[in-house]
Formats: sequence, structure tokens, C-alpha cells
Amino acid sequence: MQRLINDPDNVVEDGVKGYLKAHPELFAATANARVLKYPRAPIAGKVGVVTGGGSGHEPAFLGYVGENLVDAVAIGEIFSSPPARAFLDAFAAADSGQGVACLYGNYAGDNMNVKMAVKMAAKEGITVKTVVANDDVASAPRDQIEKRRGVAGEIFMWKAGAAAAAEGAGLDGVIAAAQKAIDNCRSIGLGLTSCTIPAVGKPNFTIEAGKMELGIGHHGEPGIEVVDLASADQAAEMMVRPVIEDVPFTAGDEVAVLVSGLGATPLVELHILYAKIHDLLGDAGLATHRAYVGNYFTSLDMMGATLTVMRLDDEIKRLIDHPCHSLGLTQGRQA
Amino acid sequence: MTSFPADRGADIVRALIRVITENRAYLSEIDGAIGDGDHGVNMAKGFALCAEKMGPGAMSLSAALQLLGETLMESIGGSMGPLYGMYFIGLGEAAEGIDQIAAPDFQAMLEQGLTDLRSITEAQIGDKCLMDTVVPATSAFSGALAAGAEFAAALDRMTEAAEAGRDSTKEMVAKIGRASRLGERSRGTLDAGATSCALLLAEMAAAMKPMLA
Repeated sequence: MQRLINDPDNVVEDGVKGYLKAHPELFAATANARVLKYPRAPIAGKVGVVTGGGSGHEPAFLGYVGENLVDAVAIGEIFSSPPARAFLDAFAAADSGQGVACLYGNYAGDNMNVKMAVKMAAKEGITVKTVVANDDVASAPRDQIEKRRGVAGEIFMWKAGAAAAAEGAGLDGVIAAAQKAIDNCRSIGLGLTSCTIPAVGKPNFTIEAGKMELGIGHHGEPGIEVVDLASADQAAEMMVRPVIEDVPFTAGDEVAVLVSGLGATPLVELHILYAKIHDLLGDAGLATHRAYVGNYFTSLDMMGATLTVMRLDDEIKRLIDHPCHSLGLTQGRQA
Repeated sequence: MTSFPADRGADIVRALIRVITENRAYLSEIDGAIGDGDHGVNMAKGFALCAEKMGPGAMSLSAALQLLGETLMESIGGSMGPLYGMYFIGLGEAAEGIDQIAAPDFQAMLEQGLTDLRSITEAQIGDKCLMDTVVPATSAFSGALAAGAEFAAALDRMTEAAEAGRDSTKEMVAKIGRASRLGERSRGTLDAGATSCALLLAEMAAAMKPMLA
């Protein structure tokens, strides 16, 4: 294992120190070492927006703390949900008295810890409502959509929910915006290599040389099928088809597209992939309103990419175009 | 009636901490087959943190188990943090105010732990998870007492049932947690949570037995 770490058991703690020192305008420490907040949070009169999840997906989750984005984040061990206490402390750090929207991904540990934290928060007088992302089409069939995992579509969910909060929506409005965003998102992953959790010290699973796994999850969960390594154009076709075949896309829709690297794929390759994705979406009658290509939601040192497509209506389009500033996502007002 | 003094609680919890620490690599390896390979690492981290908080002194069984549960719940996250957190807090709460722990007291502790576990998970026997260990182990202890067994013999039955429960997960297809995404591919390996649970229950029994008088 060739990694730049000090102690494999303290990767998360040591990393958080660096984020705090490098970006004081975006991150403030809290009493809980596993909770960071936007320095101006809680913002008076605004609904608090919280997320959280396991580490190893950077810039997710902490990188989406920022202006007009997430107010506080609960930070877990590598690939492991944060404890309930961290979610609770994040709620407290984000709550201005207007309630908190906790927007997170569908994993057993996160569900359990968030559920406990919401109960604990109620006792402390903090109102929390949740939206659970389930955008990964490869993780369960359409008739079991509630079992699907949340992946990079979470970024669009945070963006829409947080923009609604910044516009002044109440808690129910923020929740509705985030829910609508994720309901209109579909994602799929493609893995070319495994990844290594530093404290484990060896690859988590195996993808043989010359193969790639379509539908792989953000922690290496097995996908739909293992296929021969193909060109970027062929890979784009394999990814686009299952995404646009799933509801709710129809020809004529405008979409936002996010192609995220899984950590070890060079940016140029992500753009080679995107070029074909863009054309294939166009061939299907989907006009790309806005595209994001980069390392937005990764899986340690895995090679590969995820594709997320979100159908837009006027409301979601406005929320996605809303300006924001964070480590993971910064954009000005749409020209 | 055979019993042990509750103020030996810290020794029992230290034994649990030791068994998890010693099996850190083994548990991660089992988890690596169908999970993400960090079960041993995260468990060892949480249990070691509890050792730090306990220090070298004596504690009641109730306080020591609740400290363990609270530490796991607050520090390790994942699914195991809330599950083991609830379980050990439940065991500890049921031991509150008891100076000498006799077999019926320990039975009540086991049952409270299971009740608290069920308050946060709908997992059942057969799902390939720690329920496959904890449910039969609890029944075996209660069943042995009902059949007239002594405390020590009932602890032996509990350990046997826990280990048989752990082994039963090998041929199961996971129905819950991250491994459930694997479907048929999850068959053929032990479940990491069921394995750590069998280690913990067996170690608890082994630590209690020499204290019985």
C-alpha cells in the first residue's frame, strides 16, 4: 500500500485537521471532533441543512459544507456511518430555530444512526426531517426502489434542498425540494479497479485485469455485471442506457448531468467519457442544461466513474442554478 | 444460589475488550469477504476507547456495560455502533442496583439486551447478522435455567448456542445490511457481526464462570 498517511487508524482525524487548516472560510470546528460546520452557521431565519456519511468519498460529504449549501456535516470512519451523536451534534450546529433538513444516503448504518439522532434531537427541542437518497439504479430493481443506495445524486439533493433553504423556504419546503430532486435523479457506477481502506491495508475486493464492473457501488458493492474492459465510448453507452431506461426521463426533458470520478481516474478520462455521454443523452432527446465533470463523490483510490442524470423542471432548474460556494461545488449566478 | 459480585464488572468488560482487540484482524478479514473489511478495525477502535475511559479501577457490571454501550454508540458509528451500543446499554440497565448477579439476573439482562436491540432493527434469525447469534444464545440460557441447570452450565449452553448460531450464518444468504446487496454471492462466508457477537458472549461466559461462588 503506497499511501500518504501517518496512522492508518487515524486517517479521518488527521484529514479533518487538514481541511480545517486549509479552508478556514468554509469550515469551523465544533465541540464534536466528527462534526464540522460552515463558520456562519446557524444562519438566522434559515432552515439548517445537514448531511453525513462515511469518509473516503471526498469531497463528499464535508466538501459540500458552504455558502448556500450544507450547514453542518457528520463525519464517519472510512466507509462507515457517523455515530448518532455526530448527527445530533450536526443538527445542533445547523439549527437556527427553523428546523433542520437531514439529507443523507440509503445505507443500513446511516438509517439507524440518523433515526436515533432524530429521536435524541426531538428531546432537545430540535425539529429534524429527513430525505433519504436512493438514486443508484444498479442497486435494486425499480419495484424495490426503497432499497436502492444513495450515490452521487446526493449532491443534487443537497444542492436543491440547500438552495431552497437559502431562498427562505420553510422546513417542509426544503424537504419537498430535496425529495423532488432525488426522485428525479438516476445514477450508475462503473468500477475499473478495487480500492483500499488504509486500516485494512489490502484491496477490498477484486476486479481482474481486463475487466470492469458495471453498477458497482461506492464501497465496491457488486454491480449488475462484470464485463470486458471497453473503450470510454462503449462504457458511456453501458452507463447511459440503464439510467435513462429507468423512470422518469422522457424525450424533450432538460437534464443536469454529473460525472464523478471514483478517485483514481484522471480528469481527462472523465471528460472523454462525458463527451460520449453528452451525445448519447442528446440522441435520446435529453438536452443537457448543466454538466458537472470531476471528482465530486469518490471511493478512495478506485478507478472508474459514476453517472448521475437529473430531470429538471423550472423549480429544480432554478435551485440547481442558484450560486454556491464550497470545496466540492462552487458556481456563480447562471449567465 | 450461585452468583458473582457485581463489582467485578470492570474485569468482565476488560475481557470483552481484550477478545475484540485480539480478533481485530480476524473480524476484518471475515468482513472483507462480503462487507467492506473494517468490522474488526472499527470494533477494536470503539472497545479500546472504552478501555481508556474505564481506567484501571473497579466498576459495577451495570456501569461498566453501560459505559461500553455508550462508547460504542457514540464513537464507532456504522451499523455496529447503534446495535452493540443498544445491546450493552440494555444488558447494563437490567443489572442496575443488583449487588450479586445470580442466573435469573443474568437472564433478565440478556432479555433486556435483546429487547433493546429489537427496538432499532427489524433483523431476524436467518438474515445473516448478529441476531443469528444473540437470539439462540439468549434462548439457550433461559432454556437451561428452566430445565434446572446451574448458572455455570447455563453459561456453557449459551456459549454453545452462540457458536452454533454464528456457524449457521455461513450457508445463509444475507437479507440485511450491505452484504444483502450481494444476494447469492453472500453464501459461504460467516457473517462478521454474528462472529463478533459469538466471541463476546463466549468471552462473557468465560469471564463470569471463575467468579461464581
